[in-house]
Amino acid sequence: MELRKNYFADVRKDDLHEIGQPRPRSDSPGHVTGKTAYFADRNFPGMLHLKMVRSPHHHARIRSIDTSEAERHPGVVRVLTAKDVPHNVYTILILIQIGPEDETVLADGKVRWKGEAVVAVLAETERAAQEAAAKVKVDYEVLPAVFDMEEALKPGAPLVNEYHGQNYYLYDSGECRKVRFGDVEAGFAGADHVLEQSYQSSPIEHAPTETTGCVVAPEGNDRFTCYTNTQAMFFTLDNASIILQMPGSKLHFVGGTVGGGFGGKVDVIVEPIAILGAKLTGRPVSFIYSREEEMQISSPRAAEKVVIKDGVMKDGRIVARKVTGYTDAGAYSRHSPYGAQKGAGHYPGPYTIPNVWIDTYCVYTNRTPSSAMRGFGVTIGDFALEVQMDKLARLIGMDPLEFRFINAYRDGDMKAHRQPTEGAALIECMQEASRAANWPVAEKYMAMSSYRKGA
Amino acid sequence: MAKVPVQFTLNGSEKAEFIDSGTTLLNALRDKIGDTSPKGGCQQGTCGACSVIVDGELRLSCLTLAETCNGTAITTTSGLAEGGVLHPLQRAFLDTFATQCGFCTPGMIMAAKVLLDHTPNPSRDEVVEALSGNICRCTGYEPIIQAVLTAARANSQNAA
Amino acid sequence: MALALQTFATVRDANAALKAQGTRYLGGGTLVVRAANEGDVAVSGLVRLTDPALSAIAVAAGKIRIGASVTMAAVARHPELGALAKAARAVGGPAVRNMATVGGNLFAPAPYGDFAVALLALDATITTDDGELPIEAFLSGRDSSRAIVTSVGFTLPKADGFRFLKVSRIKPKGVSVLSIAAVIEQAADGTVSSARIALGCMADRPVRAKAAEEALKGKTLDRNGIAPALAAAAEGTTPITDPIASAWYRAEVLPVHLGRLLLS
Repeated sequence: MELRKNYFADVRKDDLHEIGQPRPRSDSPGHVTGKTAYFADRNFPGMLHLKMVRSPHHHARIRSIDTSEAERHPGVVRVLTAKDVPHNVYTILILIQIGPEDETVLADGKVRWKGEAVVAVLAETERAAQEAAAKVKVDYEVLPAVFDMEEALKPGAPLVNEYHGQNYYLYDSGECRKVRFGDVEAGFAGADHVLEQSYQSSPIEHAPTETTGCVVAPEGNDRFTCYTNTQAMFFTLDNASIILQMPGSKLHFVGGTVGGGFGGKVDVIVEPIAILGAKLTGRPVSFIYSREEEMQISSPRAAEKVVIKDGVMKDGRIVARKVTGYTDAGAYSRHSPYGAQKGAGHYPGPYTIPNVWIDTYCVYTNRTPSSAMRGFGVTIGDFALEVQMDKLARLIGMDPLEFRFINAYRDGDMKAHRQPTEGAALIECMQEASRAANWPVAEKYMAMSSYRKGA
Repeated sequence: MAKVPVQFTLNGSEKAEFIDSGTTLLNALRDKIGDTSPKGGCQQGTCGACSVIVDGELRLSCLTLAETCNGTAITTTSGLAEGGVLHPLQRAFLDTFATQCGFCTPGMIMAAKVLLDHTPNPSRDEVVEALSGNICRCTGYEPIIQAVLTAARANSQNAA
Repeated sequence: MALALQTFATVRDANAALKAQGTRYLGGGTLVVRAANEGDVAVSGLVRLTDPALSAIAVAAGKIRIGASVTMAAVARHPELGALAKAARAVGGPAVRNMATVGGNLFAPAPYGDFAVALLALDATITTDDGELPIEAFLSGRDSSRAIVTSVGFTLPKADGFRFLKVSRIKPKGVSVLSIAAVIEQAADGTVSSARIALGCMADRPVRAKAAEEALKGKTLDRNGIAPALAAAAEGTTPITDPIASAWYRAEVLPVHLGRLLLS
C-alpha cells in the first residue's frame, strides 16, 4: 500500500498514526480456526425449525387458508397465520417517520409478489416443517400483475399496494423527489449540443455465502435472545418491538457477525416471526433461508431506469443537466423511498453544472421487494452518469478524462442542492488515476487543484 | 424415527453418536458433535463452505450422509491448529488478509489443505483449480490464492 | 417422515428395495441429497450399494468398462482414460468430483450431466440387471428407469478421435452454457468417415446432433468443410432456458463453439 502525502500537504497536519499502517484484523483469528460464532452456530435443545409457505403468484387475492392438515402432520408444533401477528402491517422506515406502513409479516387477504410469506410452520425437524408446509392449502384468486415501472405509472395499471393508493411513493414533495437549480430549459437552448440517453439495470442479488436467518431462544422470563445476522441490529430490534407489540427490554439481540451482507441483510424479515414462534411455543426457534430463498426471496438491488439529458458546449462545459430516475421498489417500500431520494441527492454527479433539474421516482410493481445494496440509489446512477460523460466527450471530440477535469466540482462551487462544495478531491483523484493508468492529460489539468485558498 | 450409530475419528479423536438416518455429515458434525467449523452456505454442493476432508479426500459434508462415513478419518478446519500453533495455511490466511466475513474460510482452508497435501509446491493455476469449488463473495479470491501460495512457500522453507 | 438410508451388498437386493414409493438410489449424493436438502419431500428413502464391482474400472483390448459408482475424480486420474479426463474434470469442483459418479451423471438434468454428453458421443452401452441398452435409448427413457445402473461400457476412440468442450461463463469452473463431445473418424485423405456429436444443454438431457453428423460426412475439417454441419447444428434441439442462458442464446452460440471444437 502506498500513502500519497503530497496532496493537500499544506492543509493537513501530518500526524497519522493508524492510516497507512498495516493492522491485523481482529476477527481473522476466529475465521481461520473456525471458531467465529455465526448465528447458525447456536444450537439449543428442543429447537424448532420454521419453514415458510410462500405465494406462487405475483399478485392474488387470498380466498381462504386451510392449515388443518399441516397442523396434524407429525412433528408440527405450531402453524402461524396473519391473525397471530400482533401488529402485522409494518414498514421498517417508520422508525424515522417514513410511512405509511405497507407490508405484512404474513399475507393478509392478498399477496403482491411471487414468494411473499403467507403461513409459517414450526416443527421438530426441518424435514417435518417442509412436509407440513406442502400440506397448507391456500385458495388464490389470481389478479393482473405489473412488472415494468413505466407500465405501473400509466393510468389504469393494476394497483400494486393499497396502502399507497398509487404505484409510486408519495413524498412530501409530491410524486417524486425534485431538485431545481438555475433554468435547465434556457441551458439546453443555449447549448452547442443536447444529448438525451436512457439507461436501465436489472435487479442484482447479493448472494452472501451465509443465508439470511436467526435463532431465537426464550430466556424463561418473557425475554427472548435473538441470534441474528442482521446488518441493522437496532433497526431490527425496534421494528420487532413494534410488530410483536413487546417492549424492547424484552428483546435481547446478539449479532454483528455476518457471513456476507452487502446490504442484503438490512430488512426486518426473519426475526419478528421467529421471535413470535418462540413466544407462542416456548421453544427455541431457528429460521434460516435456504439458498433458493436467499436468491429468490431476499431483497435484491432495485432495478433502475435513468434518463439523462445534457446540454454541452464545444469547449467542454456542461451547461444543463436534466435527470429522471426510476427505482423499482417491488411490491413494498422497505428502503426504496430512501434509495430513490438518495438518487436525487447524488445527481448530477460530482460536476459543477449551472442548470440542473432532477426528478426521482420510487415505483411499486409486483416484483420481489428491493432494498439496500452497496451504494443503492447511487451505484446505477453513477454507471449512467459516467457512460453519459464518455458519450458527451465523444460528441464534442474531447478526451474523456480532460472533459471531466473541465466539469469536476471543486471547493467553493455551489452544488445543485445549494450546498457549497467542500473537501472535494476529485481533481486529485483524476490526476493520480491519469498517472496510474498511463492516460496523460494536458499539463494545465495536472496543475489544477480542488482546494482553493479562501474558499 | 430410527436412530443409527455413526463412528469415525474427527481431527484425531474418536467420535460415536446416534443420529437420525439420512442426516448429512454437515448436520451431524454441527448439531450432534458440536464442530461448527464447516458452514452450511447452500446445502446443494455449490458453495464449498461445508468442505471437510474424509480419508484424505475433499468432500462436501452437506451432500454426504453421515452413515456413509463410518470408520473414516475426518478433518475439519477446527482441528488444524496443533498445541495452539496455527497451521501454515491458517497463518497465511491471517497474514495476507485472505478473510473478510470468514464464512467461506474454513471450506477454503480444507480445499487448500488437500491441495498442499498432494502438491506441496502448486502453481497458481493449480491453486485456482483446487479452490474452484469454493465460493467467496467478499475478497475477490486474489488474497486467498496468495495465501495458499504463501503457505506453500512457508512449508517448503520449513522442509528445506 | 425422516429420510432413511438403507445399505445393501447386492444389486438385486438394492433393486428390490427401490420399488418402495419415494425411494431413490444414492450414488455420490450430489443430485439426490441436494434435492432432499432443498425440501423435495417426494424423496423419503434412500438406497445405496457397497458392492465393490461398481467402483471398478476395467480396460481390455481397447474396451472400457466403468462401474457406475466410479467418481469423476477416479476417471480423471486413471492412466488409461486420459482422453476422457477433460470431460471428467469438467464436472463441478474438486469436492464434487470426489463424490459425483458416472452412473449419477446419466441422470443429471441439464445444465448438469457434462460427462453423460461424453458418454453419448462415445455411444456407450448402459448396463443394469435388466440387461444392456444403448445410451441414446437409455437417456430418452431415464425418467421411468428403475433398475440401478451398474456400469457403462464403450470402445476407447483412437488418439485425438475424441473431442470435448464445455462452455461456461465463470472461469475456471461454472455451470454449462453448453457442452459438446464428438468422436470423429477421418479417412486417409482427411475427409470425415464417421462422426458422432453429442450436445449438453440443448435439451433437458444430452442429445445427438444427427443433422450435423450427417453434414460432416465426406467433408474435410476446415472452415468450408464444416460450414454445412454448423448450419445444421441446432436442428431438432430444444435448448433449456435457465439463469445461465436462454434457449435463444444457446442456439445462437452452438455453431460458434462446435466450429471451434471441430477446427481445434
